[in-house]
Amino acid sequence: MRQHDGRLLILIVIVTALAAWVAWPGNPGIDIKLGERNITRDIRLQLGLDLQGGMQVLMKADVPEGQTVDADAMEAVRRIIENRVDGLGVTEPVVQSVGTDRILVEMPGIDDPQKAIDTLKETGLLEFVDMGDTFLPEGTIVQTDYLSVEPSETVTETATVYPTVLTGRNLKTAQVNFDQTTGQPFIAFELDAEGAAIFAEHTAANINRYLAIVLDNQVISCPVIRSAIPDGKGVIEGSFTLEEAQSVVLQLRYGALPVPLSVMETRGVGASLGEESVDKSVRAGVIGLVIVLLFMLVYYRLPGALADLALIIYALITLALYKLIPVTLTLPGIAGFLLSVGMAVDANILIFERMREEMRQGRELGRAVDAGFRRAWTSILDSNVSVWITCAILWIFGNSFGANMVKGFAVTLALGVAISMFTAITVSRTFVRFAFRVFGERLRDKRWLLGI
Amino acid sequence: MFTLIQKRPWYFMISATLIALSIIAMIASTATIGTPLRLSIDFTGGSLLEVTFDAEIAPEDIRAMLFDRGFEEASVKTVGGGRSVVIRTKELSVEEIEALKNDLVETFGEATVQRSETVGPTIGRETTRAAVYAILAAGVAILAFVAIAFRKVPNPIRYGTCAIAKMFHDVIILMGIASFLGLVFNWEVDALFLTAVVTVVGFSVQDVIVVFDRIRENSTRHRNEPYETMINRSLLETLHRSLATQLNSQFVMLAIILFGGATIRQFIVIMLIGMVTGTYSSLFFAVPLLVVWERNEWSHMFKRRAQPSTA
Repeated sequence: MRQHDGRLLILIVIVTALAAWVAWPGNPGIDIKLGERNITRDIRLQLGLDLQGGMQVLMKADVPEGQTVDADAMEAVRRIIENRVDGLGVTEPVVQSVGTDRILVEMPGIDDPQKAIDTLKETGLLEFVDMGDTFLPEGTIVQTDYLSVEPSETVTETATVYPTVLTGRNLKTAQVNFDQTTGQPFIAFELDAEGAAIFAEHTAANINRYLAIVLDNQVISCPVIRSAIPDGKGVIEGSFTLEEAQSVVLQLRYGALPVPLSVMETRGVGASLGEESVDKSVRAGVIGLVIVLLFMLVYYRLPGALADLALIIYALITLALYKLIPVTLTLPGIAGFLLSVGMAVDANILIFERMREEMRQGRELGRAVDAGFRRAWTSILDSNVSVWITCAILWIFGNSFGANMVKGFAVTLALGVAISMFTAITVSRTFVRFAFRVFGERLRDKRWLLGI
Repeated sequence: MFTLIQKRPWYFMISATLIALSIIAMIASTATIGTPLRLSIDFTGGSLLEVTFDAEIAPEDIRAMLFDRGFEEASVKTVGGGRSVVIRTKELSVEEIEALKNDLVETFGEATVQRSETVGPTIGRETTRAAVYAILAAGVAILAFVAIAFRKVPNPIRYGTCAIAKMFHDVIILMGIASFLGLVFNWEVDALFLTAVVTVVGFSVQDVIVVFDRIRENSTRHRNEPYETMINRSLLETLHRSLATQLNSQFVMLAIILFGGATIRQFIVIMLIGMVTGTYSSLFFAVPLLVVWERNEWSHMFKRRAQPSTA
């Protein structure tokens, strides 16, 4: 028994030291070289959108009713969206599939929601359309024989169906350039070998005819073919701003979406509100923790002080795990963590109340401690299992429609309760036993110290 | 020694009054706004915009401006001092929200958008459905949990039924309070409210299990004590523990309410109220109910209950 406790104490010290190192705000991250392998990972607390500001968009595959989207297409959509979000320069975005036909995108720190949404949801289908001798002004919605997407808006649509020569599928690269003299941005593109061949053939055969460049069924420009273009390189000129050009390039570069998307839900939080929330949550958390620590100390004296120590270890381990797993912290998530502090103390209270009862019945200290921990165990397990069940239900509920707030709460609460099983029971028991062995029966006379 | 359980008619009366008030609040709410609870855009769909102006602003002015712009159904609420408002409208696209913001800035001066949310009608419907499922799932899970926890007790059905009656008791009162807060302070019920309810249900059932556990234990340990004395002893023993643990959670929640951000204040308030009523009803509703059942004093009870209510 003695040796067992000693070993546990060493283990607790090691775990605490590790947790404190990980939880330390200035943690530089892990950078280990193991022979050939190189493990690098930075350790930071991940904040949700409500804490750092940003935008969340839920989009749905916009297919006619009754039609289903296959999983492969959705996966392609997810990848393309992911690339586009990266292209927007968002740091640490989250792009995930929800259900069978939805995509949830989280973009921290986005300051222009309109541009972001436009870049995300546009299909990005580029077509080179043979217009024959007709010129169409910019912005006209055209119908082409390459039918895969419905026009997103019903503006005046051409009655004629024009043949598509090439699509963005044959695109190799695209980038924004500027006109040397006017400073007007334009898009330079290059086609792949197959595309270049078709392009060369078409341009050679249709000199002096119009070849419209159409994006998502909308005419961007409608130039005349002056000469054959054999190398598959060309430019798209139009009256777009730099942002628009960049947005188009992003869409072109990462390919067209196999299905169009429509926005179902958007939630945006300003950076200042997020910052304020962080400050206030930290303050509320610290105040709450201090009150709990004081309460335990005043009410349970020596065992309370030991439980406080266990509670601090609990907070360190929890914080460390948030960073390692990582758990994205949201406001409800912080509430869940703080609530789990209450649960951790709850376990100690159950134990100490039992201990007091045993001591009042005149039991010897060591035995009272053991009986206290043993007899409180069922109640603690029962209550924790019921919290886990609750969290599981909340998690499923939150997951079914992408409510990350609800999920954040469930995750931190469940994790907190799990960790408290270790700290409130194993850690505090080891401490109490150790203290009793060190001070021994001298404690018998100092009943006030035991809070009996 | 306090004689707690002997006063059970009073506890039943308190519970009955609370439930009656809750139902009245929900009826009043249905009569005024059409739903028993004031639902947020999470459930109804629509848009929400929280804006902080540089100068103080009268909500009536904003309301008038919105009316002019054709948002007849928009609601405006001041939050956190006189400079921030929450505007709720029908579903708007990102472009429309941007336009609205520009309009506001043009009319009332510089402003920062703190929050903007748009929930489509489909999502609203789905959230409502998911909410119903979540509550049903919680009920079933708790039923199973109670059944397992009390499988070895004589009359497990009685313990289980009392625990579940208590759960309904708590949920009705919590909904009544939310309904009241919605009527008086325009508080809205959102996905987080549901989270609070499910959490409270989990905690409150766990709480009643702790109390019942003690009764189960004492009924064998103090076999020769009269039944009421044994129950009373169990109540007093757990009261101590319930108060101690509840106090801790409440300290934490009060700290969040007082010092934390406004975004989750309503969520925590609902949870705090739920925890308090949950603990109360474990001790003063579930246990008296069990006693009445175990002692088979139903008919007797109603006679006794009738007296104080006429007094």
